[in-house]
Amino acid sequence: MTDQQQRKVVLSISGVNKTFGGLQALTDINLKIEEGMTHAIIGPNGAGKSTLLNTCIGRITPDSGHIQFEGKDLVAGFTPHAINQLGISRVFQTPEIFPELSILYNVMIPAFARRDGSFKFNPFRSLRKEKEIEDEAMSLLEDFGMADERHHHAGSLARGNKRRLELAMCLIQHPKLLLLDEPTAGMARHDTNRTIELLKKIKLRGMTKVIIEHDMHVVFSLADRISVLAQGAIIAEGAPNEIKGHPKVREAYLGSAVL
Amino acid sequence: MQTIIASTRTKDMALTALFAVIVVTAPIWGKLIGAGYPDLLQKFAIFGLFAIGYNILFGLTGYLSFGHAAFLGIGSYTTVWSFKLLTMNAIPAVFFSVLLAGIFAAAIGFLSLRRSGIYFSILTLAFAQMAYNLAYSVLTPITNGETGLRVLRDDPRVIDAALGIQSEGSPLGDFFGLTLTGYNGFYFCALMLILGFYVSLKIFRSPFGMKLVAIKANQTRMEYTGFNPRPYLLSAFVISGMYAGLAGSLMALVDPLAGAERMQWTASGEVVLMTILGGVGTLFGPILGAAIIKYFENIFSAFNEQVLHRIFEFLPDWLADIMVLLTNPFVGEGWHLTLGALFMVVIIFVPGGVIEGFRRLARWSTRFDAEAAERRKAEAEEKAKARAARQAADEGGAK
Ligand SMILES: Nc1ncnc2c1ncn2[C@@H]1O[C@H](COP(=O)(O)OP(=O)(O)OP(=O)(O)O)[C@@H](O)[C@H]1O
Ligand SMILES: [Mg+2]
Repeated sequence: MTDQQQRKVVLSISGVNKTFGGLQALTDINLKIEEGMTHAIIGPNGAGKSTLLNTCIGRITPDSGHIQFEGKDLVAGFTPHAINQLGISRVFQTPEIFPELSILYNVMIPAFARRDGSFKFNPFRSLRKEKEIEDEAMSLLEDFGMADERHHHAGSLARGNKRRLELAMCLIQHPKLLLLDEPTAGMARHDTNRTIELLKKIKLRGMTKVIIEHDMHVVFSLADRISVLAQGAIIAEGAPNEIKGHPKVREAYLGSAVL
Repeated sequence: MQTIIASTRTKDMALTALFAVIVVTAPIWGKLIGAGYPDLLQKFAIFGLFAIGYNILFGLTGYLSFGHAAFLGIGSYTTVWSFKLLTMNAIPAVFFSVLLAGIFAAAIGFLSLRRSGIYFSILTLAFAQMAYNLAYSVLTPITNGETGLRVLRDDPRVIDAALGIQSEGSPLGDFFGLTLTGYNGFYFCALMLILGFYVSLKIFRSPFGMKLVAIKANQTRMEYTGFNPRPYLLSAFVISGMYAGLAGSLMALVDPLAGAERMQWTASGEVVLMTILGGVGTLFGPILGAAIIKYFENIFSAFNEQVLHRIFEFLPDWLADIMVLLTNPFVGEGWHLTLGALFMVVIIFVPGGVIEGFRRLARWSTRFDAEAAERRKAEAEEKAKARAARQAADEGGAK
């Protein structure tokens, strides 16, 4: 990555707090995600990483603070589907797919959302006429090596493949911001590497990404910047090699993952 | 179970044609099973429509409504009022019934769909019971309460009066000169059923239908994928309400009379049973379920001890007596027992419904069929060829 001085800030999180009952899940989070960057968020289990992503997609409303996406404040009354329509897609920590539908349809449905918006009433249109979207879904599935299984139920996939499918479902939307919650968890090494290659390819196209990951191999292969979250607060932020040697980070990770 | 498929146009047309043939020839094959009389065949068609529509809500989105009988009742009342005020012609009656049922469905759906799961079901049940009780009490001027609403000779019927059409005897539903009783009534219902089936088929083959199924599969994913589930669910609710309104209208068309009991929760429950028995979310299942239940209701409720004695005549007397004793509770008034037993057998052994049972039978019978194996092999080859062609096309595109 070339270090341009002023990159556009796509997502700006400022002063976000969230408590669950007595638990302070997020404490005064400030984070700026710049255009085209892959920003990794790491931290031990229960640090609040997923919670932070949840506040960005409208799943959780923060107690205080602002989250701005391209200048729009997401906290002020954007529903999840409206947030997606702004251009934010998310891969969840536990795969969220349509298990009863075929793999192909799983990928086609998000493409409809991109093309038709949050609601379109077309009960008399035939699916046969949706050749364009089908072709796009097929070419994506080829990239993912899943084209031959396109008619299988998505629910029959192994966990790692469900995750890959979910990634394909997000990519077909061409989001401006892609949020990935542990995209390689539960994958075999081979698939992890394939996913890394794929994410690198997307990066070349300039898609902005936030990625939560425990696998440091994945983090250091992809991230331009890393934020470290521990007990709900950001304890360090910087370029990958700055984070590697950071004393606070070592302390937070003591006894859990190895850097 | 894959509900939504992008079938070919020819296949869909063939399917509709096949369905139309089955429906239109019902008076013939109905005779073979002792159902060859218009009263029962009309019921097949009317409840078939009710179930097809209900399946668009319950089968596709998974939202279980316990209040669809309310729309059935609204359809019936509207039709009788159209008969009283406008004309005995079926067209305005059907039109206004479907329209009004749709409007009520929009209102009730709008409120009920604020909740999902069991709370949604309870809300719909509450609304339907409210409608039922209103029809019996406050709304008596409109519904004629317990007596039921009927068409009278001296009703205004402004359109008929303007056209100088007068009916002799008690007024009957009519379709440009055809009196809609007996087989005429059946064929009118049959026409509506075929239309209703075709519309349902179109929905099953549309991106809209696909999204309804996706809501059932994972509503959370739908929301975070950029869809607003609420208007989708409301559309499905209104469509199914309109089908119910049409069914209610047809009931009153073939027998110009409307009573509040049509709106009772047992009627709402019946359509749920029909859909589940036949096969939730399948194209044909709900119609089959409706036909089976109406058939049982008519055939088994007509049995009595004498009929049973005749059936078991071939057995020695003492055994025949025991058989009659055992089976007697299941017929006549007790036909619900037969239905309950059938329902339990289906749910326990083929939870996908009767349609699923047929599918399993078909699969089972072809398993050792050498021909089928041949066909599969050919299919696999075809697939491999298609894959190669696709790859070639892709490479071509890349250049
Ligand atoms: N909806 C909720 N209600 C109550 N507590 C919650 C909720 N969501 C998260 N928490 C709590 O907030 C804390 C942070 O959870 P979160 O899922 O964000 O952690 P995480 O960093 O993603 O962890 P992991 O690496 O295990 O996924 C945890 O203690 C969790 O139990
Ligand atoms: Mg998490």
